[in-house]
Amino acid sequence: MATDVHGPVSPQATGAPRAAHAVHVESLTRSFDGRAVIDRLRLDVQPGEFVALLGRSGCGKSTLLRILAGLDRDIEGTVLVPRRKAVAFQAPRLMPWKKVWRNVLLGLPGKPERAVADQALEEVGLSHRSGAWPKTLSGGEAQRASLARALVREPDLLLLDEPFGALDALTRIKAQRLVGELWQRRGCAVLLVTHDVEEALLLADRVLVMDEGVIAYETPVELERPRAVTDPRFAELRGRLLERLGVDTAADAA
Amino acid sequence: MSISHAPPGSPESDISGIRKTNAGPAGPPAADTAGHVPVALEPIVPSSARRTRVPRWLRRTTGPLLLLALWQLLSATGVLTSDVLASPGRIARVAGDLVADGSLPAAMGTSVQRVAAGLLFGAVAGTGLALLSGLFRIGEDLVDAPVQMLRTVPFVGLIPLFIIWFGIGEAPKVAIITLGVSFPLYLNVYAGIRGVDSQLIEAGESLGLSKWGLVRHVVLPGALPGAMTGLRYSLGIAWLALVFAEQINADAGIGFLMVQARDFLRTDVIVVCLIVYAFLGLLADFIVRSFERVLLQWRPTFTGR
Repeated sequence: MATDVHGPVSPQATGAPRAAHAVHVESLTRSFDGRAVIDRLRLDVQPGEFVALLGRSGCGKSTLLRILAGLDRDIEGTVLVPRRKAVAFQAPRLMPWKKVWRNVLLGLPGKPERAVADQALEEVGLSHRSGAWPKTLSGGEAQRASLARALVREPDLLLLDEPFGALDALTRIKAQRLVGELWQRRGCAVLLVTHDVEEALLLADRVLVMDEGVIAYETPVELERPRAVTDPRFAELRGRLLERLGVDTAADAA
Repeated sequence: MSISHAPPGSPESDISGIRKTNAGPAGPPAADTAGHVPVALEPIVPSSARRTRVPRWLRRTTGPLLLLALWQLLSATGVLTSDVLASPGRIARVAGDLVADGSLPAAMGTSVQRVAAGLLFGAVAGTGLALLSGLFRIGEDLVDAPVQMLRTVPFVGLIPLFIIWFGIGEAPKVAIITLGVSFPLYLNVYAGIRGVDSQLIEAGESLGLSKWGLVRHVVLPGALPGAMTGLRYSLGIAWLALVFAEQINADAGIGFLMVQARDFLRTDVIVVCLIVYAFLGLLADFIVRSFERVLLQWRPTFTGR
């Protein structure tokens, strides 16, 4: 659809937009007080691709996501992203003074009807809480409402910043499955920032490891879906990624 | 109400069953063969059982009524003489007379009008300035420092100046109320705006809200709890300012009624006026509370047990 409509995030866009990418980042640098958190990073994401971004805490993965979302513009380099993009943060960040359906519609152009919100809520299985106040939602419900708010924008790029981080283990499994289904139905590109290797391997087409301000390692995940943690190839990939992340997996490999 | 779980007459009754199984004849419960000391259990009483049967409104009116009875008693026994403080019965009669001859309703009308006008002007000025300095950096630099300076001047001290400026009509009275009302509203609305969660602002930005959209959908609703607090403070100060304003050069209003009563040593009329002030204040507070209940129902806060 509109994947070729690229809005530059950078102060000045250099080079022609590439229609073949959903995200195109070249020599991106972001410094905090002279210290480069992101250092001449390059990244391409194909339309419809599910990419997971792993990294130790403080490696700059969340900063990269904020830059792609257009929330951080103190940058150098080229960043091209679709105009229609949406973010789901770790905290649901629903406006407590708006009922769920109004939260979903917030920021949409024109005067969309409630039915639009209800449809998106239906998709995440939350249509029965449409008229509720956010304070009455459980953690998982609030996160699904936040997901509906992102999806209702029909994004070409969906940015997920550790969206399952604050959920309990059971709710997290359900939410991961939901995101997988939504991605297959919508066909939008997804960039998932996470610190959970298993989550990345369950969902993504490609896993990136960020270290010292650049993409230090990347691997395609060529396992057929649905994936199982018990698959030996899965375990092998997981061991490799954990090693790249600096976690000793000797005991794990045995 | 007693909250002890064992009747005081039989201190051992609640552990006697354990005693028997231990076969201990006397003294502290003996350890069984496995070395476990028996634990004394106490029931957790459901809160519904602990609640008193007296309805809340009745409990809340009991205190004032007791006070009133004490007052009547002191007056009847002559401890309180009528030139110090008239008895409740006499005050009720005087209130009835004042209502019947129309002087009290007229005075109340005048006073309420003054407060309403002062509140309106003060609210416009206070919130307007707070929006200016809360939303815009340049507004903050220009507005905040002068307001903070003026705020420390006791507004009652400005009455002589206001009389020189505005004469002795309605204007200086409304002006003094306006001044008193503006500052608490300014401070609380400003703090409310600056206290809005930056994560929500960021979420709003990521949803594509415009500058004005952010103000309308995120900043202003987020500042509403602060604004309501400011409004309640303001109401309190409005009545206070009214009392000061009406005791100087007034020819109508509750304050005027009080000044007149003072000249004739009528403590009964003075008390009636004080009660009227109290009730008007309570009424205003009730109105704001109702506003809060409707406007702040989204707040996930503790509402009391």
